[in-house]
Amino acid sequence: MNPNDLRYSETHEWARVEETPNGKVATVGITAFAVELLTDLVHIELPNVGTAVQAGQPFGEVESVKSVSDLNSPVDGEVIEVNDAIVDHLETLSNDPFGEGWLVKVKIADEAGLAQLMDHAAYEAQCREHE
Amino acid sequence: MDGQQSTIFRTPLFEWHAAHGARMVDFAGWSMPVQYTSIVDEHLATRSAIGITDVSHMGRLRFEGPGAAVFLAELLTRRVSDMREGQIRYSLVTNEQGGIQDDVLVGYYHNANGQPFYVVVVNASNRQKIVDWVHAHLPPERAERPGQEVIFTDVTRLWAMFAIQGPRSVELLQPLVDVDLRWMRYYHGAQASILHPAAHRQGGIISRTGYTGEDGFELSVGASIAADVWDVIVELGKPLGLVPAGLGARDTLRLEAGMPLYGHELDEHIDPFQAGLGFACHLTGYDFPGRDALREIEQRPPRRVRVGLEMVGRRVARQGSRILAGTDDIGEVTSGTFSPTLKKPIAMAYIRREYAEPGTVVSVDVRGRMEPARLVPLPFYRRNNKGA
Repeated sequence: MNPNDLRYSETHEWARVEETPNGKVATVGITAFAVELLTDLVHIELPNVGTAVQAGQPFGEVESVKSVSDLNSPVDGEVIEVNDAIVDHLETLSNDPFGEGWLVKVKIADEAGLAQLMDHAAYEAQCREHE
Repeated sequence: MDGQQSTIFRTPLFEWHAAHGARMVDFAGWSMPVQYTSIVDEHLATRSAIGITDVSHMGRLRFEGPGAAVFLAELLTRRVSDMREGQIRYSLVTNEQGGIQDDVLVGYYHNANGQPFYVVVVNASNRQKIVDWVHAHLPPERAERPGQEVIFTDVTRLWAMFAIQGPRSVELLQPLVDVDLRWMRYYHGAQASILHPAAHRQGGIISRTGYTGEDGFELSVGASIAADVWDVIVELGKPLGLVPAGLGARDTLRLEAGMPLYGHELDEHIDPFQAGLGFACHLTGYDFPGRDALREIEQRPPRRVRVGLEMVGRRVARQGSRILAGTDDIGEVTSGTFSPTLKKPIAMAYIRREYAEPGTVVSVDVRGRMEPARLVPLPFYRRNNKGA
């Protein structure tokens, strides 16, 4: 997985958009930077398949020892697949946030929102500002 | 409110923290490390070996002079006039209504010349409030009353303080001080020489106290030698498994130990009896602010009491979460975290007394979704009785 090929939200989610026979699908996860900020992951709540999600709105939550954060969808659409395996294996999210640590796949309903997302360079710049 | 403060204080260890990867946060007007690596790792190292934490933000107020004992007895909820040299007591400062203004440790020591003094350790977030409270009760005519003089000094910025906590802390610290730590009892301390060139012949105060539920010590040394002494302790401690621990681990450790934290379990609208701190109130001796109110409060059972909660699921209930029994709002969570030792979410809460029976299952509103939780006795964690 090449982070350069992903699109990023301000709230540290990433999306990889692919063409499928059923239309555009976004695989969604959280970035290595977010995982590093959270550090002590203790729990993640993911939606069920079929849940409608909206760009910028929460679709789940991720909890660390210190705090809980919303997981915000980077796109509008419907959840078509959930990475349930990581719920009991949060180390997968810590070790490979851009690969095996993906969270949900969303069938994109409206592509207009994609333009709001950042490319890798813009996201890196945002992270540097944070530090 | 901390927002009024424009300058953020730095402890003498600030550069050390920055150089060792600490994530710094503003805490009660101080720039403090919340964690260096991981809260869980720092927590577990403190339970199994040693964690060292910079607690120089804690306020240290020094009282001396022939009138100091009576003055403190008339300020604190607990008797101090009968304290023996080297003794430390947990006490409270209450307002006239009996509400808690701060929880403190008061220690009674003699300096190298044999002169007695008291040190009152207050919360960083309450330091200014307590300093003002002291001044309000210690006008010049009181402080200078012939034969009963009281000299009050806020020594917070002059002295650094380290919490060295964990089962191997005696082994680590014994070679560094000239007092016998093996026989130092819990809640006792002493003025000590520090047996290392890094201390430049300065002494310190070492006490068997802490905020982790583990065996351990707190060491105060002058700000000018603090960084050097810290370095020595860290280097000697590494082979024993010592890690630096930030305020994040300090919070999870105290929560497992069932210890209250001001601003969470304690505030000016909570009285000592509902907080489970009646033991720290001595109501038949000296008259201190709030004593008469507390005598009345003591007569009636508290409406709400402090309890422990274990969540059944994995979501953490945090400060402010409402607690329900059926549709009745019966209480509120004051602190919550994921317990690294128990590997499940735990919380402390105030709950209506009639529901406060261990084993009771209640519902907690965690961000809009109800989660079951079970009342459990405090503390959540109790160490094996080794050491003092």
